[in-house]
Amino acid sequence: MSHELQPRLIEVRKNVLRQNDIVARELRQHFRDSGICVVSLVSSPGSGKTAFLEKTLARLRTYFRVAALVGDLATENDAARLARSRVPVKQITTGTLCHLEAAMVRTALDDWNVGELDFLFIENVGNLVCPASYDIGEDLRLVLLSVSEGEDKPLKYPTIFNTADLAVITKMDLAEAVEFDLAAAERNIEQVRPGMPVMKVSSKSGRGMEEWLQFLASARKSHLQQYAHS
Amino acid sequence: MHELSIAMSIVELAEEESVRRGGAQINAVHLKLGALSGVVSEALLSSWEMASYDTELRGSRLVIEKVPVVVYCPACDAPRTLESIQHFICPVCKNMVSQVIEGRELQVFAMEILE
Repeated sequence: MSHELQPRLIEVRKNVLRQNDIVARELRQHFRDSGICVVSLVSSPGSGKTAFLEKTLARLRTYFRVAALVGDLATENDAARLARSRVPVKQITTGTLCHLEAAMVRTALDDWNVGELDFLFIENVGNLVCPASYDIGEDLRLVLLSVSEGEDKPLKYPTIFNTADLAVITKMDLAEAVEFDLAAAERNIEQVRPGMPVMKVSSKSGRGMEEWLQFLASARKSHLQQYAHS
Repeated sequence: MHELSIAMSIVELAEEESVRRGGAQINAVHLKLGALSGVVSEALLSSWEMASYDTELRGSRLVIEKVPVVVYCPACDAPRTLESIQHFICPVCKNMVSQVIEGRELQVFAMEILE
């Protein structure tokens, strides 16, 4: 009797990142149950995420209980910078990993009581590619673009822009010096993510910060109302 | 570049499936890869050999089926396939479209096993 093996195609249908998705879903539920609004930030390195976050935390802490997690390949420099805004900050060093995953966020929050917070900010590793694939349980994902990077960034990295809920154009104080074409940038963002709101800010001059803080406060309010109804 | 770690996750998933099916030998893994998955198929393919080398999947093939972005167009009231992920514009009525139906897949949908 012959025992020659025959090839056969079998159905699997399993998501490759299902473990991450499960943890992200659990985190999101936990955040909702705790009544906290979680905002993540993605951008290329050097676009001003940390400066923007530092100013945001310093101003928001007057009205809300806020904290931040910050992801980097190495060093605790960003956490040290953010700690100047006198809110709880924790660094996640990813080693060689180019993005944050849901499990890293969960581990970092192990000894924090998120129920005591109104806002949690999560600064992802500076990278416009890899973070797009990983849900980390946030309610709002911000993609930042600084004026010196060029107006066509959204077209070069459409995937990350498409996963975001809000685009923030940073370093607006430099716009004139680098001949930044704001209309073109807004058009490109609209093209890869129609309907996404765009904010123009300068962490240095404070331009647009008031509008941003108001956006956050109303985003939190609508999130809380949404949870209350669901 | 996170394709190597994605490739390793695919190997792990396939190994689990193989164990679940009594240790069947795997010839090929078939993957659906959406244009908005954030994963580059060429980089994934070139990571496959390295990711599978020291495993039961050594010598197996990774077969990638690319999935274009399909959106729902409210003006047409129909699903439409985008021509490019740089243009979220309905190819028929030219209106802006944002509701993605397909194109984020990163899914092992089948395996070729020997039995």
